[in-house]
Amino acid sequence: MSQDIAVLGVGMHPWGKWGRNFSEYGVYAAREALKDAGIPWQDVQFVSGAATMRCGYPGYVAGATIAQALGWQGAQVNTSYAACASGSQALAAARAKILAGECEVALVVGADTTPKGFLAPAKGYRPEDPDWLRFYLGITNPSYFALYARRRMDLYGDTEEDFGLVKIKNSENGFTNPNARYKKKFTMEEIKNSAMVADPLRLLQICATSDGGAAMIVSSMEYAKRIGKANAVKVAAVSTVTPSFASAVVEMPDIATDSAAAAGVEAHSFRAALPKKAYEQAGIGPEDVSLAEVYDLSSALELDWYEDLMLCPRGEAAQLVREGATKLGGRLPVNTSGGLACFGEAVPAQAIAQVCELTWQLRGQAGERQIANPKVGITANQGLFGHGSSVILKR
Amino acid sequence: MTNKPVQAAIEGWFTLDTDTPHLIGACCDKCGTYYFPKTLSFCKNPACDSTTFNEVELSRTGKIWSYTNACYKPPEPFVAEEPFVPYAIAAVELEKEKMIILGQVVKGVDVDQMKVGQTAELVLETLHEDDDAIKVTWKWQPQR
Repeated sequence: MSQDIAVLGVGMHPWGKWGRNFSEYGVYAAREALKDAGIPWQDVQFVSGAATMRCGYPGYVAGATIAQALGWQGAQVNTSYAACASGSQALAAARAKILAGECEVALVVGADTTPKGFLAPAKGYRPEDPDWLRFYLGITNPSYFALYARRRMDLYGDTEEDFGLVKIKNSENGFTNPNARYKKKFTMEEIKNSAMVADPLRLLQICATSDGGAAMIVSSMEYAKRIGKANAVKVAAVSTVTPSFASAVVEMPDIATDSAAAAGVEAHSFRAALPKKAYEQAGIGPEDVSLAEVYDLSSALELDWYEDLMLCPRGEAAQLVREGATKLGGRLPVNTSGGLACFGEAVPAQAIAQVCELTWQLRGQAGERQIANPKVGITANQGLFGHGSSVILKR
Repeated sequence: MTNKPVQAAIEGWFTLDTDTPHLIGACCDKCGTYYFPKTLSFCKNPACDSTTFNEVELSRTGKIWSYTNACYKPPEPFVAEEPFVPYAIAAVELEKEKMIILGQVVKGVDVDQMKVGQTAELVLETLHEDDDAIKVTWKWQPQR
């Protein structure tokens, strides 16, 4: 039996630093998705929200907050928190409910309003909290991204220019995206002249935090057929697996990895596990992928994802970007939306935004960013606390 | 120089032995999994149900897994010198424990003096001073 569900509609509120309540972005995105799906709000049977931790109690119950703002209509409701993968986990909840026959059509929505300045841990002396501890020792978010980037340079011979090429590519892709926050085509010189934050990463190679909202209307294939949308883009897989013990890579906010010293324990890469499960669910392989949206928290991290998605052998990702294979018009475009480089991260909305971009591309509605005849798209992201996701869409 | 006493920035996480300091970890009694910081509750190896651990001193040397630096002052609770002095950071892989541990690199060593695979040794150095004490922490000292 098919495990597919249909994407009837997608919508976004443009990313930026707008300073309004997060639910406004969520409602805007939801209404856009409903319009795109061509169904009335009253027909939605399940609201699956992605939580934001930054916006007080309404953020913890984002599904209900946005459902109320759209107007209570008696739908079932759920809120998911999974750090950067919250949006995918909200989609996974909707998919499970649809495939179990408990609802036919669902709204998946995530939105965030970000504070100004650094994200810092709660005050006090709290060494038992790993997030507090690493800040106390002077290890910030860019430190982790920089460790991964430097390891690529020493192990595989990647260069600062390779990371720069990723940023240039994404800035060109996002340039015409109406939902992107940063619309400027950067040159290698501008990137190399931006301030060093955590060697080898400069300011222009590290993503910002943004306000934004994204939403999807998903349904059973039966429902899609009934309303004349049998040809809708389909969700073929949603992977939200945890890491496997022992972690091979030191992950934010930890100060150490797991130990792989016990008999029978091997070190595992979490990032690589996420798409593996998605490919398994969808019954397809990396050779079937037409495009990918990946979490470029840093320009260098995008290259790690090429390898985790098995788009090339380990250590060879820089070659893809040097050849231009992952540009618009290349054989395997990555981050056609412009990626986090052009959006900045709006945590609960970001994984949904990745799926929105795949939907537009697979429908042929991506405007000047449109790539030729894509059939399968995959997303990948990773966040804190063992959360991450990979979603596969197909035509 | 001050006559302030030297104290561990985080008590119980490392020995205050000036010449050969060690990180204090734990080792599962049953499966041999190491922990830093030490855990004494439940083993995290999914194949092990142990609740008994031994406190152990972890290896003092390892190989650099990767490295970077901090060019900007981190937010609190980091206590920065004024003016802020950038410092390097290393992730060091311990062979016996099969784990990677992060830490600052000793003052005066920057990224151009490090390489993945290079040996690094654990030392103690000042993290910050407060009114009453000099707070020290573990740092990595790359070997030439």
